[in-house]
Amino acid sequence: MDILTAEFFQRALIGGALIAVTAPLMGLFLVLRRLAMIGDTLAHVSIAGVALGFLIHIYPVAVGLVFAILASFAIEVLRRAYRTYAELSIAIIMSGGIALASLLFTMGKSFKMNVTSYLFGSIYTLNQTDIWVIAGVTIIVLTTVLIHKKELFLLTFDEEAAAVSGLPVKYFNIMLSILTALVISASIKIVGALLVSALLTIPAAIGLTLSRSFKQAVILVVLVGEAAVLAGLWIAGVWNLAPGGTIVLLLIGILIVSITTTRIMRA
Amino acid sequence: MINRDTIQQAGCHQEIVKLDGVSFSFDSQVIMSDVSFKIMERDFVGLIGSNGAGKTTLLRMIVGLNRPQKGSISLFGKPAAQFKDWNQIGYVPQRNHFNPLFPATVREVVLSGLYGRNKMFRRLSKEDVSRSEDALGALKIQDLGDKRIGALSGGQQQRVFLARALINNPKLLILDEPLSGIDVETQQSFFHMIKHMHQRHNITFLMVSHDMDMVRSYLGQEPKEQSGKLSFYVRHSHDLEDCDGTDLLHSLRKEG
Repeated sequence: MDILTAEFFQRALIGGALIAVTAPLMGLFLVLRRLAMIGDTLAHVSIAGVALGFLIHIYPVAVGLVFAILASFAIEVLRRAYRTYAELSIAIIMSGGIALASLLFTMGKSFKMNVTSYLFGSIYTLNQTDIWVIAGVTIIVLTTVLIHKKELFLLTFDEEAAAVSGLPVKYFNIMLSILTALVISASIKIVGALLVSALLTIPAAIGLTLSRSFKQAVILVVLVGEAAVLAGLWIAGVWNLAPGGTIVLLLIGILIVSITTTRIMRA
Repeated sequence: MINRDTIQQAGCHQEIVKLDGVSFSFDSQVIMSDVSFKIMERDFVGLIGSNGAGKTTLLRMIVGLNRPQKGSISLFGKPAAQFKDWNQIGYVPQRNHFNPLFPATVREVVLSGLYGRNKMFRRLSKEDVSRSEDALGALKIQDLGDKRIGALSGGQQQRVFLARALINNPKLLILDEPLSGIDVETQQSFFHMIKHMHQRHNITFLMVSHDMDMVRSYLGQEPKEQSGKLSFYVRHSHDLEDCDGTDLLHSLRKEG
């Protein structure tokens, strides 16, 4: 198995292992706050940023990140305007992102942009810069979450109680949006924009069915993420499959197994 | 001879909440206009009103989640905007607010009552953990500590939220419809418990409810004040002679 020792594959493993910590972690917060679809939306908008980055010759992941952050603010603004229809804002921004991306893609046709690598991921093309960016994102996300784990728990469990106990809820919401945007733009090259939300939401879905405590859920989502990403990369490498798709299908497999076992255990 | 009661009134009964000409409308719909009311220390206030009368809005304004469009609110003698001691206020939200699948144990939820502004950037101390055990014990739910909150019955969940609110030893306890969605027997024992707390401990209550019978049975037949569709039923407790603050959780536990 030469591929497993190849340098590009090693880089893929490192990048994948790092993202498998942060994406499920942020996903857990999003899912519990009923914002599961936000990952998908930010990923699609971020693709528009990536396309723009190619057009104007700036590091595409960085432009994608800026777009994702702007989109997360736009979602917050719309969410307040349509209070009871939070999902509406997500749908609007998502279609806006796709529309913009398709425009930019056609404009950039002459540059021979590799669109599919960002839609479906191309973890084997991670370069040294990408690894540094992913490592930086991982450090930022983990330190922030670690410092504020108490406050994030309360905010996620009961936003009103958090506000009543004097926590600056608005700042925490902005912080969560920025962290999510960071994680998503860093994960796009690994699983692709179309599949990013799977890495955010499926581990959380598994965590919800299996854990009793929040602590357990946090540990479980990260373990599930790691297992799926590392096993998925290995399987994809050996049998020459699409890595992003393999990872996501593995996650769905784990979800099915966990749901059926809890059903059987309860019965 | 000097009347002992009056001295006590003046000496230790401070104004806990003061609403002064408070108005609030949502879009063009007026929810409340010109509501004025005072809650004194050791009062038990029952806030009654039909749906849409503005009960929840009023609570949200008191705890700082909404701002009045007209008028002013002060808490513990300070304008609400400058009020910082939020740990003096315990808040029990409506139970249907939370997601029953949420992975959190009873213990984690009760501890989260401590996660206010003054605990930011700090780790939980041993004392914090023992306070949470006291809170669980005071509400007789210590056996449920490791259970997932969603797996409990409505009445048990209500006790968990009350324990979370009490962990800070608050001076003011605000309860939003604590009796809704639980069976009559549990309602009665829950109400009995908070009445008992009011009689024996230095704590002021503001409770929103639509259960007239239970409220009237403790707070009297006639509201002390009415404003629009809101009625304020009040009962003051004199039973506590000693004005010094005691630790609620410890004394609740001792009483068993």
